[in-house]
Amino acid sequence: MIEQLTFAALSIVLVGSALAVVLSKNLFHAVLWLALALTGTAGVFLMLDAEFLAAVQLLLYAGGIITIVVFAIVVTERLVGERITQTNMRIGGGALVAAVMLGFIVNVLRKSLLPATRPEMPGDLTRVLGQAVLTRYVLPFELLAVLMLVGMLGAIYFARPED
Amino acid sequence: MGLQPYLILSAVIFCIGLFGVTTRRNTIGILLGIELMMNAVNINLVAFARYTANAAGMVFTVFTICITVTEAALGLAIVILLFRVRRTVMADHLDLLKG
Repeated sequence: MIEQLTFAALSIVLVGSALAVVLSKNLFHAVLWLALALTGTAGVFLMLDAEFLAAVQLLLYAGGIITIVVFAIVVTERLVGERITQTNMRIGGGALVAAVMLGFIVNVLRKSLLPATRPEMPGDLTRVLGQAVLTRYVLPFELLAVLMLVGMLGAIYFARPED
Repeated sequence: MGLQPYLILSAVIFCIGLFGVTTRRNTIGILLGIELMMNAVNINLVAFARYTANAAGMVFTVFTICITVTEAALGLAIVILLFRVRRTVMADHLDLLKG
């Protein structure tokens, strides 16, 4: 019972803040709503017994991404002068595409057989995750490190001062 | 509670993000929509990992989180560079390649 109530509350927060992200007129407000949505997602991760992922979600997303997005808005927004509308002329088309996609996914989900109960996890999930990353998935893990290095170099290259 | 509610929640968030990507004019707004979609994918991965008692889904969630952060940093670097060159970040003003 408690589980259903928590899930319902989290769903309302998540869907509401996600709608506010895409609909709010002010981009700053959209970013703040995104922070709420990402924090709600950390709550969903906690419900799924993934404490480590919830912590990573809060640190990297709600901490890191929100900060750099706010920074980018401050750099690129013309704070004085005319305000341009934030949405284009394709609201109807976008809503149609999203609704059709949602209907399709929900239809597939209704027809498929999904597990109704949770199996017991073998031991502590964080320990299982750490062992998996450093044994079976060590090659993708190292590739990820290379990817992040390349991404960082690319970002520094893009942001170099004009010469 | 079964797996289905989690998947439906993630599908709803994914479609809201898709709506944001298709309707925002500001490039940063489009990036916010992509973040929402990535987030929905993460919920999906963790839910499947939990309900099949398989840690692979969680490992891949760690990977997607890192890739999303890299993508956001690079995307915003491109946006800032774009603003420096064109003085605008509105996607429908960036039509230099249009014939």
